[in-house]
Amino acid sequence: MHEMGVAQQMVDIALAAIPDDIENPRVAVLNLRIGKLAAVVEDSLRFCMEVITKDTPLEGVNLVIETIDVRARCKDCGHEWVVEGPAFRCPGCKQGAVELLSGRELEISSLELAD
Amino acid sequence: MEIKVQKRVLEANETMAEKNRKLFAEKKVFVLNMMSSPGSGKTETLCKTLLRIMPEIRTGVIVGDICTTNDADRLKETGAVAVQINTDQFGGDCHLAAHLIERTATQMDLDHLDLLIVENIGNLVCPAEFDIGEDARTVVLSVTEGEDKPLKYPLMFRLADSAILNKIDLLPYLDYNAKEAVDNMAEIHPGMPVFSLSAKTEEGFEPWIEWLTSKVNSKI
Repeated sequence: MHEMGVAQQMVDIALAAIPDDIENPRVAVLNLRIGKLAAVVEDSLRFCMEVITKDTPLEGVNLVIETIDVRARCKDCGHEWVVEGPAFRCPGCKQGAVELLSGRELEISSLELAD
Repeated sequence: MEIKVQKRVLEANETMAEKNRKLFAEKKVFVLNMMSSPGSGKTETLCKTLLRIMPEIRTGVIVGDICTTNDADRLKETGAVAVQINTDQFGGDCHLAAHLIERTATQMDLDHLDLLIVENIGNLVCPAEFDIGEDARTVVLSVTEGEDKPLKYPLMFRLADSAILNKIDLLPYLDYNAKEAVDNMAEIHPGMPVFSLSAKTEEGFEPWIEWLTSKVNSKI
């Protein structure tokens, strides 16, 4: 639902990261890290990026998305696990206090310029 | 040629949210971000809440909506300061972001507020993603929605500090398993307080008001 806003931010970040001394830069690849809990629909993001990168150095950019698992740690027993379904209860001690270790990432890790 | 970026896409929003949080701390205003799907009864819950806590707790409300000022108009009738943000001016956003809260809150008289409630746009997905600088989040679910909503929208329930199960006055007329809904919330967020209540009849309101009041008092 907010993929267009996310896409716009990504374009802004990518453009700002391109060194000024490169003439007519073209970004071939954008390497992204997106957590499974980040509420970003990959297809929608690809579509939005395609639309808003038109006539920019990112036109036709290939999005390489690394999907990050949702990892949690139980504050009571220290058990760490990958949350597969929607439930967050500790599978070890069944207790309540759960800390999220990963899964909310929404980052550009790097971009690759075309030669 | 590869250029390392390592930048979080929501960083601009998070920076603004931190700035908001600092301002609210200075002004000793407790900020509650209220979220839900459309039609869960957030505004009615808020109206009844305001009538119970004011004037002891001086409260202001920022109401987010894509269009109309209907909700702010209803809230103003309680005597609270209510400001409407319509996101259609900003491309019809489906959530309130930190910069909108900053713009609106700084125009409010924060020196004379103890509590600022942000009634977010009705949507169980996007608002959960955007930190606005709040102290706590409450998600409202109603018994006319599916029992499995917490499982379908885990981030919203995972990041909430409390939940309200609203419209319990309708339970006799519905084929709804309220225990299952509450159990599902506990699966997503074990230990999160859930207040089953009816904004219409005000049944079950006391524990919710106590929770809110104690949170506000902890910051004054």
